[in-house]
Amino acid sequence: MEKLRFSELDEKMIYHRLSNGLSVYVLPKNFNKTYVTFTTKYGSIDNRFRTPDKNEWVQVPDGIAHFLEHKMFEMPDGSDVFQQFGRQGAQANAFTSFNRTAYLFSTTDQVEKNLQTLLDFVQTPAWTDKSVEKEKGIIGQEIRMYDDNPDWRVYYGLIRNMYRNHPIRIDIAGTVESISDITKELLYDCYTTFYHPSNMLLFITGPVDPDRILKLVEENQNRKGFKEKKPIERHDPDEPEKVAKKTSVIKMDVSLPKCLIGFKEKSPYRSGEKLMKHELSVSLLLELIFGRGTENYRILTDEHLIDESFSFDYSEEWSFGFSMIGGNTADPERLIERLKKMIDDFKNCPLDMEAFDRARKKQIGGVLRAFNSLEYIANQFTRYRLNQMDLFNLIPAFESLTGSDLKAALEDHFNEDRFTSFSVLKK
Amino acid sequence: MVYLVEKAKTFGGLDVHAVPINKFKTTTIAIRFKAPLTRENVTKRALLSYALKSATAKSPSTQQLEKRLDDLYGASLSSGLAKKGNEHVLSLLMTVANERFLSDSAPLLKKVLELLAEVVFQPFAKDGAFDAATVEKEKRSLKQRISSIYDDKMSYANQRLIDEMCKQEVYHLHTYGYAEEVDQISPELLYDTYQDMIHRDKVDLYVVGQVDPETVFTEVKAVFPFSGRRAMTEERRQTVSNPESVHVVEEHQAVKQGKLNMGFRTSIVRGDPLYDAYQVFNGLFGVFPHSKLFMNVREKASLAYYASSSYESYKGLMVVMSGIETDNYEKTVNIIKEQLKEMQSGNFSDAELNQTKALIKNAILEGLDSPYSIIDILYQEVLTGVKESVEDKLKRIDKVTRDEIIKAAKQTVLDTIYFLRNEAA
Repeated sequence: MEKLRFSELDEKMIYHRLSNGLSVYVLPKNFNKTYVTFTTKYGSIDNRFRTPDKNEWVQVPDGIAHFLEHKMFEMPDGSDVFQQFGRQGAQANAFTSFNRTAYLFSTTDQVEKNLQTLLDFVQTPAWTDKSVEKEKGIIGQEIRMYDDNPDWRVYYGLIRNMYRNHPIRIDIAGTVESISDITKELLYDCYTTFYHPSNMLLFITGPVDPDRILKLVEENQNRKGFKEKKPIERHDPDEPEKVAKKTSVIKMDVSLPKCLIGFKEKSPYRSGEKLMKHELSVSLLLELIFGRGTENYRILTDEHLIDESFSFDYSEEWSFGFSMIGGNTADPERLIERLKKMIDDFKNCPLDMEAFDRARKKQIGGVLRAFNSLEYIANQFTRYRLNQMDLFNLIPAFESLTGSDLKAALEDHFNEDRFTSFSVLKK
Repeated sequence: MVYLVEKAKTFGGLDVHAVPINKFKTTTIAIRFKAPLTRENVTKRALLSYALKSATAKSPSTQQLEKRLDDLYGASLSSGLAKKGNEHVLSLLMTVANERFLSDSAPLLKKVLELLAEVVFQPFAKDGAFDAATVEKEKRSLKQRISSIYDDKMSYANQRLIDEMCKQEVYHLHTYGYAEEVDQISPELLYDTYQDMIHRDKVDLYVVGQVDPETVFTEVKAVFPFSGRRAMTEERRQTVSNPESVHVVEEHQAVKQGKLNMGFRTSIVRGDPLYDAYQVFNGLFGVFPHSKLFMNVREKASLAYYASSSYESYKGLMVVMSGIETDNYEKTVNIIKEQLKEMQSGNFSDAELNQTKALIKNAILEGLDSPYSIIDILYQEVLTGVKESVEDKLKRIDKVTRDEIIKAAKQTVLDTIYFLRNEAA
């Protein structure tokens, strides 16, 4: 067991890696609720891998990780585990991203019982042919709902413009056609490959006694007798550096056109401190170029090219990464031109150190605000950990960034060959 | 156990509420202006909420104002509008880091309170008019905000249901006003609206965080000189008789998924004897994963990804929402009607009932873990005129009986069905 202290933030936490490989983190907080996430490092991009039982390479249907997330909630007696959480005064949920699937609950009552329930249901696969078929109708409607959402369409459109082969191109939920190929057996293949405790992380935060919680988890896991497992073999996509498409446009029945531009990351194979430094640098650069306090923001507003939906973001994970900038706009073509020009001009100007300092302060304030939320802490801590980074080092990492870190990121990331744009126009 | 400590004081026309709480890393400050919702005022107040957060006399551009906020360790300033029954609430919200967690520990709360006071009392205006360029800019923002609802079909369908169902009632008014009225507002007219708000609205200020209430009171008193209010007569309830027949509205758009929204009248609002029973009824009918709607529309019939109900407790409406294939319209409507009948006939188990109560109580307690919901919980007192502790809220949920839930269910009458569907073949 390891005790970790973050005195600047007044936080202490406990980490322990169990004998079956499960990583457990407990962060005591004086909140009313306890929030727990149980996450597997498995998401929509993991669609080619070697199965541990049959030892052969398979390619599974698009959307299966998300489908599996839905089916996990089914219990051996056919009931769904939501009911049990409800009886124990807890709200349960789950989500699937590109590279993670997380199961979670929050409660102000019966924490230990609910924790057992969480561990047990995720470690008890129990679906049938019939229930798999039934789920297709529900997920089909989930997919349709996103089809009608122009913000989602422009987001995915931009990603597809960037990536030629990488499975990040695939919609997390798949398509109505692709999920029709999902079977009970395929779901088991995915489950046995990716749901071993050694591929998972448990995060518990709330008004808890860490020693008791740790003991409970350990006993629960020991009872189940997981055998040691070979490391997972995933297929690394062969993805060129350049974007697949420089620009594209679709038409929808929208009241306002939407437009996003972005840059694809050149070498998204960083982790730990290197990744932290790079992503904070790119985030700060975006703030310096397009933040609400900048001259560029004023110009774009005065030229009627952006509204309050304008935003920017950078995200990087193992094997993919990108920036995204944009929102609603009256004139996508003109916006694309202006944003590009502003980035070029920024590259040619010396870094304004005063603005740098201000942007850094703003980001630090944002981190503290986010730390008010147990959901944010649990989900982000997990994301950071799975990339060998530490969420509680964010503030010192911001403080130690230098002008030359920013310059390096500026040259590395904002490159014309890796630029693309996507617009949704009015029908 | 005392869940929430609130210290309150009144200075002139301002009610100040301080909530000392040590679990957050920031301090949250909200000032809320409440006035009756009227067609005459709603668009003007919406524009005002944009103009106020955009600039001040001292920082006459968004850019300058943002720079000052960034210097205060990324303090945030935003504005918001809400419709609560027949009232319109304009809020200005600020958050600021607790300097305890910063390497440079200059006191931030005082500066942020001063900045908020500046936003409220020294807008970018002179000679009885807001700055014309600022007003123009914010008119565009507001018009974009109003039209963006069309692109979010779930909210759009909900707005259209209320438009149709409450045509004759104040409640149908859109929280952000009407695009066609925005351009008619002159900088002078907007200033009159501002004066009216400053002098007549009910005003409440909340400070939530690791603060000392006495310090908060002293600092607020020094910078927020609100004069006394004239008492306004408030008409909270607008009585509407139940419909003689169900009003059905269909609209066609190029959508892949049909949006079904059903509006029911309940005649039960906050403060009524059946209010708590209605909350439990609503939870059991359509809020939680064990609810009648989730279990029957989604799990059993696999017709939808979402099928839920929500209770507009200041107005006494209940709305059911679901996203479905167009062809499944009748099937879904029938299941929803059947499930309401089941509730009216008392066909729900004690286990379901207790589970619902447990989850409602859990949600109340979890609300105390967010500074924003703490403010919302305390503001309920302003809206209803009834002061009630968290402990009492929990007790009242426990006391709800099966018979009361059946009564609440029986008072639920379908008024309007709105269906947004794909273009007919």
